[in-house]
Amino acid sequence: MRRVCSSLSAVVLGLCLSAASAHATETGDVAKGEALFNDCKGCHMVGEGAKNRVGPHLNMLFGRKAASLEGFRYSKSLARAGANGLEWHADTLSQYIENPRSFASGTRMSYRGMKDEADRVNLLAYLRTFSDDPSNIPEADPTATGTDHTVDPEILALEGDVEYGEYLSSECTTCHQTSGGDDGIPSIVFWPEEDFVTAMHAYKDKVRPNPVMQMIAGRLNNEEIAALAAYFKDLEE
Amino acid sequence: MKLNRRSFVGAVAATTLAAPMVRAAGHGKPRVVVVGGGAGGATAARYIAKDSDGAIDVTLIEPTRTYYTCFFSNLYIGGFKSVSDIGHTYGTLASEYGINVVHDWAVGVDRDAKTVTLAGGATIGYDKLILSPGIDFIDGSVAGWDISAQNAMPHAYKAGSQSELLKAQLMAMPEGGTYMMVAPPNPYRCPPGPYERVSMVAHYLKNNNPTAKIIVADPKAKFSKQGLFEEGWNNHYAGMIDWIGEEFGGGNVEVDPGAMTVSIDGEVTKADVCNVIPAMKAGRIAEIAGVTDGNWAPVNAVDMSTKADPDVYVLGDASQQGDMPKSGFSANSQAKVCANAVRGALTGSRVFPAKFANTCWSLIETNDGVKVGATYEATDEKIAKVDGFISATGESAEVRKATYEESEGWYTGITSDMFG
Repeated sequence: MRRVCSSLSAVVLGLCLSAASAHATETGDVAKGEALFNDCKGCHMVGEGAKNRVGPHLNMLFGRKAASLEGFRYSKSLARAGANGLEWHADTLSQYIENPRSFASGTRMSYRGMKDEADRVNLLAYLRTFSDDPSNIPEADPTATGTDHTVDPEILALEGDVEYGEYLSSECTTCHQTSGGDDGIPSIVFWPEEDFVTAMHAYKDKVRPNPVMQMIAGRLNNEEIAALAAYFKDLEE
Repeated sequence: MKLNRRSFVGAVAATTLAAPMVRAAGHGKPRVVVVGGGAGGATAARYIAKDSDGAIDVTLIEPTRTYYTCFFSNLYIGGFKSVSDIGHTYGTLASEYGINVVHDWAVGVDRDAKTVTLAGGATIGYDKLILSPGIDFIDGSVAGWDISAQNAMPHAYKAGSQSELLKAQLMAMPEGGTYMMVAPPNPYRCPPGPYERVSMVAHYLKNNNPTAKIIVADPKAKFSKQGLFEEGWNNHYAGMIDWIGEEFGGGNVEVDPGAMTVSIDGEVTKADVCNVIPAMKAGRIAEIAGVTDGNWAPVNAVDMSTKADPDVYVLGDASQQGDMPKSGFSANSQAKVCANAVRGALTGSRVFPAKFANTCWSLIETNDGVKVGATYEATDEKIAKVDGFISATGESAEVRKATYEESEGWYTGITSDMFG
């Protein structure tokens, strides 16, 4: 991005920089997390050849049902949580590590808890590297937190911007045909702007079903939805 | 500085007039050369040509005149699509978008002179080079198999004549025969692809050769959508499919294409059809261009430019970008981010934040479709997964049918997006 910007005018540079600064952040610092894991090593193993010790091994931890490793004797408390559907993901792991006893009062994990949120994020980023890679298993847990572009003032100012809408629309046209064809996937061209905006917000709020659209609309802000509506309203092809 | 749309556009127009932004070194129009006319390359060429309105000279180099999509080629094997359904030509890209389509092999890249050499002898200069060559196979990754064995034991992992060969072999199987698949190690093109293929082969056999068996030797301990596939195999094809994963020696495989035998962890089986999907690497031109590191080409997440050269971009399967699976949908998504950045660099057009998405649909049995999808963003390190979803086990028949219909709509959408 820096290189692309270097040859552009100051105005465009502003937009580029804001775009660059709005990158998603990876969930934590792996190296710092590895250092923090020293506190856990007394009981837990992770990595190649890791086995259950005092605590269960932590390979393939993300997405694992709680208390589900064969051959490890869990506390009743965690076994019950697992039976009730608890799965380990970034959010549940963070809550557990912050204060194990408050999360599962009968847990055998004799650890006071990691109070600092940044530490927990780094530790979990390190542990995440020993679970499935989304490039091989697309349904594996995320590795970063999404960006909310509502914080980009330049983009915010571009209300109903047809050119931005055209760029964003390229994500829609992977499935929706610009010709208006509607076999299996509905047409989205020539919609009144208001209907388009209403539908997209209904997906964003998960009122309308369809996980693909909920996911796509979920990361579009108000201005981006307006830009798309403005573009599709009188699409020429 | 506060901008509204009008002043923003006005400012851009003013600066553009004052200093026309053309990064074309010593010649007229800036030139983009795209190598590979699949989901990455065709999309990138089309978007750059379409959005630059003639301001950029776009050349697309693709050896085949009819391109067969790898996505939906399993549905051809299952009998749900004909081979012509998955074939596409480049006429519209040339006639409607003014793209200079060259049917030849790119055999050399000189990154200092900024030229691409073709097998036919021609040399084409570029300001920006986009490589989207897909995959090649690693000879020897399956003991006993190399590319010269592809007629006896087809991979059918590049669509077209290989798909037709595998289907012909499947149809010629003796009653109660054995179909074997050697599944690939990570990372490879289309994570659910081998398992959708198993489903489609099972669909064909169930209707035409119901006592036949399918054996899959897999070097992996698990695979994408495994719970969904296993549920479907159990519901539709009970007793027909035997999946041998890493734990049971699925990675310890040797094939003999002459004798048509497969040894799995020392146990030798005679195969009537043997579908070997070897380990993969970036298409050869990426290696020739010197932008690979190991098997793949590392790229910057914001624009798909290579770590090795800011004027050379790699899209799709050949790239090493982070969390996105190697899929046609991913390549198409990456192509649009790349096209936006390349156009910005060459003409000063606006460059918007990189956003990526992927969805993989798989068909398990007639009207039993499943899907997995995610959204991704550029971090400083890689393209990172930020959100996603997957079909649930136990979904109703209506939901599964709608999912399959959605995949058909997507196919029409993405192929229009690629080929115009």
